[in-house]
Amino acid sequence: MSILVNKETRLIVQGFTGSQGTLHSEQSIEYGTNIVGGVTPGKGGQEHLGKPVFNSVKEAVDKVEPNASIIFVPAKFCKDSILEAAEAGIKLIICITEGVPTLDMLDVKKYVDNIGARLIGPNCPGVITPGEAKLGIMPGNIHLPGSIGIISRSGTLTYEAVKQTTDLGFGQSSCVGIGGDPIPGSSFIDILKLFEEDTQTEAIVMVGEIGGTAEEAAAEYIKNNISKPVISYIAGQTAPAGKRMGHAGAIIAGGKGTAADKISKLKECGVHVADNLVEIGNKVSEVLKIN
Amino acid sequence: MNLHEYQGKLLFAEYNLPVSKGEVIFDAKNAIDACNKIGGTKWVVKAQVHAGGRGKAGGVELIDSPDQAEVFAKKWLGQKLVTYQTDKDGQLVNSILIEECTNISKELYLSAVIDRDSQKIVFIGSSEGGVNIEEVARNTPEKIIYQGVEFKDQSLPEHAKNIANVLKLNDEQTNQFIPMIENLLRLFVEKDLSLLEINPLVINSNGDLHCLDAKVNIDTNALFRQPELLEMHDETQEDPREAEAAKNDLSYVSLDGNIGCMVNGAGLAMGTMDTIKFFGGNPANFLDVGGTATQDRVAKAFKIILKDPNVKVVLVNIFGGIVRCDVIAKGIIAAIKEVDIQVPVVVRLEGNNADIGAKILSKANIKIESINNLSDAAKKAVELAK
Repeated sequence: MSILVNKETRLIVQGFTGSQGTLHSEQSIEYGTNIVGGVTPGKGGQEHLGKPVFNSVKEAVDKVEPNASIIFVPAKFCKDSILEAAEAGIKLIICITEGVPTLDMLDVKKYVDNIGARLIGPNCPGVITPGEAKLGIMPGNIHLPGSIGIISRSGTLTYEAVKQTTDLGFGQSSCVGIGGDPIPGSSFIDILKLFEEDTQTEAIVMVGEIGGTAEEAAAEYIKNNISKPVISYIAGQTAPAGKRMGHAGAIIAGGKGTAADKISKLKECGVHVADNLVEIGNKVSEVLKIN
Repeated sequence: MNLHEYQGKLLFAEYNLPVSKGEVIFDAKNAIDACNKIGGTKWVVKAQVHAGGRGKAGGVELIDSPDQAEVFAKKWLGQKLVTYQTDKDGQLVNSILIEECTNISKELYLSAVIDRDSQKIVFIGSSEGGVNIEEVARNTPEKIIYQGVEFKDQSLPEHAKNIANVLKLNDEQTNQFIPMIENLLRLFVEKDLSLLEINPLVINSNGDLHCLDAKVNIDTNALFRQPELLEMHDETQEDPREAEAAKNDLSYVSLDGNIGCMVNGAGLAMGTMDTIKFFGGNPANFLDVGGTATQDRVAKAFKIILKDPNVKVVLVNIFGGIVRCDVIAKGIIAAIKEVDIQVPVVVRLEGNNADIGAKILSKANIKIESINNLSDAAKKAVELAK
């Protein structure tokens, strides 16, 4: 088992023929992901990377029956692309693009929630189930099929956690980047729920960062609902208040969202917190030995 | 992106919100004319900077002759104003807002933000205005209301009334307040704001509501569809290195340590800063070089990091994803040669082909310490910075 994606996933790529869409689709196909086609308005009927191109998601749904979509279109078109995929009946939508306006996301989030679709991202590395399917921009070869579920707000920081759990031989059940924006499609809690239900996952690594109170909410949820051990790392302990640290969501504002607050809340709720980025893997070892 | 108060008030006026009659000047010789144009016998002169706390720092004055406006403008234009919200150098004053004087009978607080938890636009109102709202929230939380709203929602008047109650407005003021909330929300949505704050919103001596200040932040991600707001951008209010980085599409924040950091990815960049601190060092900056660490981007990043005279060593931490580490290593070497770097550089490469990348770095005939383990790389950088 795993969560969200596996060998059965039939993926379409929105923004398939663009440079990012092409590069990452090639890598995903090489990894073994079942890409059944792509969407680029105006290029329908062509073939790209050996897969059919469609003018709309609706057309792709009718012809190749996808059950997931990944989005690489420019930020200004993301709202329309996500809504189009949801409207066409796609239940798993992953938006990689960075820079989507926050007000667009308020509308999008309401729409996908109402229609019952799951959105991951935007501004995220995507989702991978090692050895089965890669729906994202992460380097495939650092992953190893295994028992650790990973959730993160950051891309390269996720790769660190992955690499460390691979080097120690644990491997990963699935890895989900929820993205660094203030209004993400899926929250830590949404993904924690899935890992709790997944039999392959023995422990969960949750990588958070400064800004907002998503980690605090997750901590409370873990205390009441998650039976598996959770290991966490919070980035941004040295970040100054009021400055946006790259990610749109990574800002300490109005005294809220500091790393110290998040860490103390996580510890209070029984989460095992790694003091340092380089200690994530060792913390997993330590926790799994005790359990 | 932040706006100046006078720019915010132009937007307010466009949305029929009550603001004072005013003129902005960029040159002291226009001060007297501006006062005469506004009319009256009393004016307020306000230095325009992207920071609060201007009053206490001498950046706001009440005057009763146009000559005093000229004196004030001569004193401040071209100077830096230091407030509790700025750094020790302060912010450059390059414009002054002159306004007619408002007689205040009560100061209130009103703002709107996008609330991450409820995933809605939320208005925050308080009967305590003109003060630090975070202190009010801490000490007297019962004096603050948080009201979630939806654009074009028919319950908006009810929501506005809820806020009016906490602000203790009378019926007449509540009737002014409901369209005010509607207009503010329309402004927030149509102009892609991320924050809107009126502190203070006042009741003047006639008993009417009046916006005495205007703080407006715009969602940077939405600037592509707000060209007229993008034109209002005042680069002089930013750290010059941060502005330069932004132009090159790099994310940079200057800090006060001496270890320059170049990292790919915002989360890993923060994680790297924390690791430096963990081993007893101090990061000089946050810098996200982006997903693809090409020679060009790495060279630009080095140039920005090295503009900070405090930097004694640069720690490069790259997790090579889709781009292989051997390619990145060659890019780093070329960039170091291009920029002619004098301080030691510690490079940690991880990911695809990390070992080949490390070999390429160690064979290069330049001052690079190639260390593949992040702890050791951070320790080395801390040691070299001492």
